[in-house]
Amino acid sequence: MQTRNWAMGALAAALSLTLVACGGAQPPSDGARVSGKVTAGGSTALLPLIKAAGDEFQDKYPDVTVNASGGGSFTGMKLVAEGSVDIGMSDVELPADLQGKDALVDTKVCLAPFVIITNKDVTVDNLTQEQLTAIFTGKTTNWKELGGKDQPIAIIHRAASSGSRATIKALVLKGQEFTDKASVQDANGSVRTAIAGAPGAIGYVDAAYLDSSVKALKYNGVEYTPENVTSGKYPIFAYEHLYTKGQPTGVVKSFVDYVMSADFQNRNVPKLGFVPLGK
Amino acid sequence: MALRYAAGPSGAGSARHRRALRWDRYNYYLFVFSAAAVGAVVLAILLFVGIRGLAVFRAVSPLTFFFSALWQPPAHLGVGAFIVGTFGVTLLALLLGAPLGVAGAIFLAKVSPPWARSLLRPAIDLLAGIPSVVYGWIGLTIFVPLIRRLPGGQSGFSLLAAGAILGIMILPTVIGIATDALLAVPVALEEGALALGATRWQTIWGVLLPAARPGVLTAVVLGMARAIGETMAVQMVIGNTPRLATSLLAPTTSLTSGIVMDMGNTQFGTPWNDALFMMAFLLLVVSMLLILLVRWVGRRATV
Repeated sequence: MQTRNWAMGALAAALSLTLVACGGAQPPSDGARVSGKVTAGGSTALLPLIKAAGDEFQDKYPDVTVNASGGGSFTGMKLVAEGSVDIGMSDVELPADLQGKDALVDTKVCLAPFVIITNKDVTVDNLTQEQLTAIFTGKTTNWKELGGKDQPIAIIHRAASSGSRATIKALVLKGQEFTDKASVQDANGSVRTAIAGAPGAIGYVDAAYLDSSVKALKYNGVEYTPENVTSGKYPIFAYEHLYTKGQPTGVVKSFVDYVMSADFQNRNVPKLGFVPLGK
Repeated sequence: MALRYAAGPSGAGSARHRRALRWDRYNYYLFVFSAAAVGAVVLAILLFVGIRGLAVFRAVSPLTFFFSALWQPPAHLGVGAFIVGTFGVTLLALLLGAPLGVAGAIFLAKVSPPWARSLLRPAIDLLAGIPSVVYGWIGLTIFVPLIRRLPGGQSGFSLLAAGAILGIMILPTVIGIATDALLAVPVALEEGALALGATRWQTIWGVLLPAARPGVLTAVVLGMARAIGETMAVQMVIGNTPRLATSLLAPTTSLTSGIVMDMGNTQFGTPWNDALFMMAFLLLVVSMLLILLVRWVGRRATV
């Protein structure tokens, strides 16, 4: 009995192997067996997307292990530069001292839009780039000056080292310094919570964190929607990057290709608050 | 064990004896190693943080670093606002927490009936066991909105919110140590005062407190050390605005929250990151000084 069962098992295994081999031959791209280990580290904003990709990728190729961990964009870029991980996830471009040196190759994954939000008691609906710059540099300090009610403006935003803050500084303030007369929170979620609670407060969050507890402002008359980002009407966004040391090869290449595949992007990118790259 | 074998007869006993001695020696090495390891860890932390921190002075002069309140990294690294903020919240915490704590200790040690003491002591120990994030959260949901409603209150994130939370957080430290100090005062002193006709208040104020002063001071200094190093609760309610507070109700920042806000996003080896290490080193030095102060106060107590 024992041996016969074993023989049956072996037969079934052999059969299924043949089936897999036949099945594998048909789709054009994944003919070769994909196996190995992929490690990724860095941006906590990008982490959920890469984790989702890792899970799907492992289901598709059981011989592959994908390990993704957070730690921050700069950590991710440093780790990939020194070869500790295969992929460095980042919300920002390479800093000057890492550029060129380690032949890091950038794959832009998707767009991460930012939304200007205020407390719900703010009556102003739209701010131009000039008005917003005046607020964030500390020149405009009362909503009255912008057609709102007589109420001081309270800026609540991110720390100087934050990638979000760097993006707003580059895209909205055109490189000018933020006023330091502002409260600083350590994460998107805490910025949103603080703004929701503080009358007259203004700040910015990743689009993924936008909810009904705060009010989203139009920027230069354009409302934030994924469509407006794709069509180029809404300009406040940054790219999410995957950095590899040299062109990705082998299993790492397969994984990056999987993340970039239209099927994966369409299913997961909008769900996590990102916007797919323009078509 | 070794002694018993030593007194025993020779032969099998002496072999066992030698084994026991060897065992003894191994244990001795283990203890020495453990002690050395603790020392080495402390030294390594000091050296690492110190060396990284001192590296910041290649980019900025110590004078600018410590005395300028302009924090615009990476161009301008001045941590004056952080230092003032840390000492500001600590002072505020002591103003609120120390009198309350010492009064609580007097109640626990000398006034309270035994049943109340058996109820209060565990409650205060529990206060010490509450994680700081819980204190911070309470501050964020109760103190911050309250302060927002005060006249002149801005976003509610403020020096006052942080100081008030810290004032509560140092209570268990202050009460615990001050109670022990008061209980350690010889009963004869108290009885003598009472026998001379002093009232209960006069006894406490004129005899008990002066006699327990070194212990009470130790309690306050340790409370101060607790307040200076607290990170999470402060970071959640202080507003993290890197400028000097213009009033109690204005947001500001502290050394600990300054480190935690930027440490994850600044690259190791850059002046900005080194500045954070220097802030950490400053905190280390201040807490070491406080510990030395406690030892000095304690030594004077025994004289």
